[in-house]
Amino acid sequence: MLESSTITKTGTRIDIRNVSKHYAGSTAVEDIDLTIEPGEFLTLLGPSGSGKTTTLNLIAGFTDLSAGHIEIDGERVDNIPSHRRGLGVVFQHYALFPHMSVEDNIAFPLKQRKVAKAEQKRRVAEVLETVGLGGYENRQPAELSGGQQQRVAFARAMVFEPRALLMDEPLGALDKNLREKLQLEIKRIHQDVGRTFVFVTHDQEEALVLSDRIAIFNNGRIEQVGASHELYERPRTLFVATFMGESTVLRGEPEWHGTEWTLGFHGAALRGTAEPFSGPAALVLRPEDIHLSSREDDIPAGHQYCPVTITQSIYLGSGRKFELALADGSTGIVRGPLARGAGLEAGDRAFASWRPERGSLLPDTGSRSTT
Amino acid sequence: MKHTMVTRSLLWAFAAVVAALLVLPTAVVIPLSFTDKASLAFPPAGWSTRWYENFFTDPTWMRALGNSLTVGLLVAVVATVFGTAAAVGLRRWANRRAAGVTQAVLLAPIVVPAIVLAIGVYATFLQLQLLGTVPGFVLAHSVLALPFVVISVSATLVGYDDRLTLAALSLGASRWAAFRQVQLPLIMPGVVSGALFAFVTSFDEVVLSIFIKSPYLETLPVKMYASVTRDTDPTIAAAATMIMLLTTAIITIGLLSLRRRKRA
Amino acid sequence: MTALLESSVGPAAPAGPTPGTAAGRRGRGWTVFLLLLPAALLVVAMFSYPLLVAAWRSFAYPELGTQNYAWFFDGATNIGVLLRTVWVAFLTTVICLAFAYPYAYLMVISGRRLKTLLLVLVMVPFWTSLMIRTFAWIILLQDNGLVNEGLGLFGIGPLPLMRNTTGVLIGMVQVLLPFMVLPLYNAMAGVDMRLMQAATSLGARPSTAFLKVFVPLAMPGVLSGSLLVFIQALGFYITPALLGSPTEMLVSQYIYAQVNGQLQWGRGSVLGVVLLVTVLVLLAAAAALGRAGRRRQGATAKREAA
Repeated sequence: MLESSTITKTGTRIDIRNVSKHYAGSTAVEDIDLTIEPGEFLTLLGPSGSGKTTTLNLIAGFTDLSAGHIEIDGERVDNIPSHRRGLGVVFQHYALFPHMSVEDNIAFPLKQRKVAKAEQKRRVAEVLETVGLGGYENRQPAELSGGQQQRVAFARAMVFEPRALLMDEPLGALDKNLREKLQLEIKRIHQDVGRTFVFVTHDQEEALVLSDRIAIFNNGRIEQVGASHELYERPRTLFVATFMGESTVLRGEPEWHGTEWTLGFHGAALRGTAEPFSGPAALVLRPEDIHLSSREDDIPAGHQYCPVTITQSIYLGSGRKFELALADGSTGIVRGPLARGAGLEAGDRAFASWRPERGSLLPDTGSRSTT
Repeated sequence: MKHTMVTRSLLWAFAAVVAALLVLPTAVVIPLSFTDKASLAFPPAGWSTRWYENFFTDPTWMRALGNSLTVGLLVAVVATVFGTAAAVGLRRWANRRAAGVTQAVLLAPIVVPAIVLAIGVYATFLQLQLLGTVPGFVLAHSVLALPFVVISVSATLVGYDDRLTLAALSLGASRWAAFRQVQLPLIMPGVVSGALFAFVTSFDEVVLSIFIKSPYLETLPVKMYASVTRDTDPTIAAAATMIMLLTTAIITIGLLSLRRRKRA
Repeated sequence: MTALLESSVGPAAPAGPTPGTAAGRRGRGWTVFLLLLPAALLVVAMFSYPLLVAAWRSFAYPELGTQNYAWFFDGATNIGVLLRTVWVAFLTTVICLAFAYPYAYLMVISGRRLKTLLLVLVMVPFWTSLMIRTFAWIILLQDNGLVNEGLGLFGIGPLPLMRNTTGVLIGMVQVLLPFMVLPLYNAMAGVDMRLMQAATSLGARPSTAFLKVFVPLAMPGVLSGSLLVFIQALGFYITPALLGSPTEMLVSQYIYAQVNGQLQWGRGSVLGVVLLVTVLVLLAAAAALGRAGRRRQGATAKREAA
C-alpha cells in the first residue's frame, strides 16, 4: 500500500481534522485543525506541554486520538497502526538501537520491508554519504558523538523513503554550534528530497531558520499558522506576538468606530485600524519599529508616540538595544542601528514613537507581556 | 570513614567465620561421596568410587535425575515465557495502580510458606489426578519459579527506553517484530537469569514435590529426602556432588554467555 | 466482533471515544490482557485455588463446622507448637542479623575485588540445593559427626546437636543467612559515608558517628532482611524435618504429620491457615511500618525544603 515507488517528488499531504486527545482527567490537545501541504516544512512550535509533541505522536500513530481524524494523502489513518503509516520519525534522544551497528540500525526499516540484502547495503551506504557519515557502517551507536548519532537517526528515518518525515526536537540535546550546523543540513536535505517535513521544537529561532510555515501551540490549541514573516508581522493573538520574537506591549481599553480604534495610554492618544473586538486590548510593537527621541520636536512626522524612561542602553556592535520603562510600569524593548537613539543613557526620559501601521492591536488575554 | 587496623582485622576475622559457615559445611558431601563404607561417618576411613557407580547404575536414581532435568527444563520454558510476557504486560499497562496490584499477586507465591501451598496443591492434584505426573510437577514448580522471572525481567525493563519500540514501529516493524528484534535482545540478560532461576528453583524444590510425587514418579530432591530419612546410603553424597557440579556449570555458562553478550 | 466489543465496553469510557479510534485503543488494551493472561491463569490455578481449597478444608473436613479451629485453640500442644515456631523463627532472625551485620558492613567498606569475593561467597549457598545443605549438616552434626569429634578433642561431648531445636537453628541460620546479608548490603551501600565523616568532623567519636548516623540510616535494610528471614523461618519444612525432632515439632512439621501421616486434612488445613495468617499479618505490619517511615522522611524533606 505504501510502496516507496509510488511516492512522488511533491510529497505527502497530511490533514488533521478537529483532533483532540484527552488523558484521564486532562486534555493534551483540543480541536486541532491543520493541513500540512505536500513537500512543505512545517514546524510545530510552542512551550513545553503545549501539545506539539502529542500532535506529532498522533500523526505517527503512537497515540490514539480521542476525537477527530487524521488523513494522509486523503486516506483516513485512524485504524492504520504506526508501522504501516510509512512515516519516518526522528526522536529527541535519537532512539538508536544500542545492540545494533550503524548499518543494522539504518537497514532495520529496509529489513522490515524485505528489501534484498545487496540493495539494503547499497542504500545504507548511499544515505550515510548523504548525512556525511560514509564508512561508519560498522560502528556501534555508543561509539558515536551526539551529532553523529543524530545523523544516523536521521539517515535511518530517511532510508526507506518515507511519505513524510516527523522530527521531535531532534536537535534538543546538542550544543548551539552543532545545532546551527545541523539546522542548515536539515534544510538542505529537505530541499533536495522535496518531501513533507514536520518538525517539533520549542526554539523559535530554530523554527524561523527551518520552516516554510509554523504552527504555534499554546495550552493544547493552535494559536496561529503561517509563514514566519506573517506570524512576526501580523500576529493574531497576544501569545503569538509575545512568543515570536521580542515585543513591547501597551495595554488599555480601546474605543471603536467601525474598524478604527483609539486608545488612551497614560496621556498619549493612540489610534489605528483593526478588526474590532470587545474587551481590553494590547498594542504590540516590534523592537526595530520603535524610534527613540529625546525631545518631542525630534519625533519623525506621522509617528505616534508615548513617553518612556530608558532603563538600560546596551552596545551590541552591530547596533544598540534599549530597555524601557513604560508609563504603566511595564517594560519595553528597542533595537536599532547605532545611530538611532544615540546619546540616550539609562535614566534618561525620552519619547518612543512608531508608524501607526506597524503596531498590532490584539485582544489582551492576560498572557505574559515581557520578552 | 577511616577504620583502624584493629576494627578492620576484627571485621575480617568475623567475616571469615561467616564465610566459612556459608560455604564449608556443604563441602563435606564431596569427600564423603568417595567413602568406601556404607555409612555417613566423616571423615571417611577409606576411599572408593562405588557410590558413583551405584548412582549411575541404580535405575531409581537415574530416573529421578531424568525427571528432575525434564521438569526443570520444562519449568524454565513455561515460567520464562509466562513471566517475561507478564513483565512486559505490566510495564505496558497504562493503569499503574492495577499493574502494581497484579504484580503483587504474581509475586505472592514467594511469601507464602511452601508447606501451606503444598497441602492445597496436594488436595487439588488428588481431585485432578495430577499426582506423580510430569505436567503436575511442571505446573506446581512453575508457579514457584514465575516470581523470579517477573522480578528479573522487570528489573531489566526498568532500564529499557520505550522510545526504542516506538522507533521500531515507525520504521515499519510490527509490534511482534519490534519486540523480537529490539526489546527482547535488550532485556535478554533479565530473561536468561530468570530462566536460570526458574530451572534451579524447580531442580531444588522439595516441599511441594514430597506431596505431589508418586511411587512411579519422583524427582531427585525427593529421592534424596527419602534416602536421608530411611537409610545411611552414601549414594546421596555422590548425587549431591553431581548436582552441585551441574548447577555450578549451568550458572557459569549462563553468566559467561551474558558477559560475552554485553561485550559484543 | 469489533461491534460486539464496542457495545459491551464503549459507554464505560468517560471521554467518550469516537468509534474510529476505539478499535485501536482497545487493541492495545487487549495486548496487555493477553500478555498477563497465562501468568495470571497459572497463579490462579496453581496458587490461589489450592490455597482456597486448603482454607475450605479447614472448615469442611471431616464435616462442615468450626470444630478444627476449636481443636486448634483448645489444645495446649497446638499453641505450644505455634509459640515454639515463632520463637525459633525469632532466634534464627536474631542470629542471622548478628552474623550478617558485620559481614555486610565489611562488604560496604572494602574495595571492589574483596566486595565481589564476599558477594560470591554469599551467593554460592543461594544457588546450592537446600536438600544438599541440610544433608551436609546431618553429616556434621550427627553424634559421631565432625563437630562432635572436634569437640571430643577438647574433652567435650558428644553433645546432642541434631534431632532437637539446636540442630534446627544451626541449619536454618546457615540456609537463611544470605537473605539477611543481601538486603542489609543493599541498604548499607546506599548510605552516604561522607555523613559519617561529617559527624566526626563535628566532634563525634567514630563509634558515636557509627551508632548515631550509620546505624539509623541502614535500619531499613535490617527491617527488610529480618522480615524476609523471619517469614521464611516460620514456614520452613525441610530443615526442621531432617534436623529437628518429632517431640519438638514446628508448625510445618505438624502440618505434614496431620495431612500425610494421620490424613487429618481439617486439622492440617487449620494449621496451614494459622501459619498463613501469621505471615500475612507480619507483612501487613511491615508494609504499614514502611509507609510510616517513608511519610516521616517525606515530612522531614518537606520541612527542610521549606
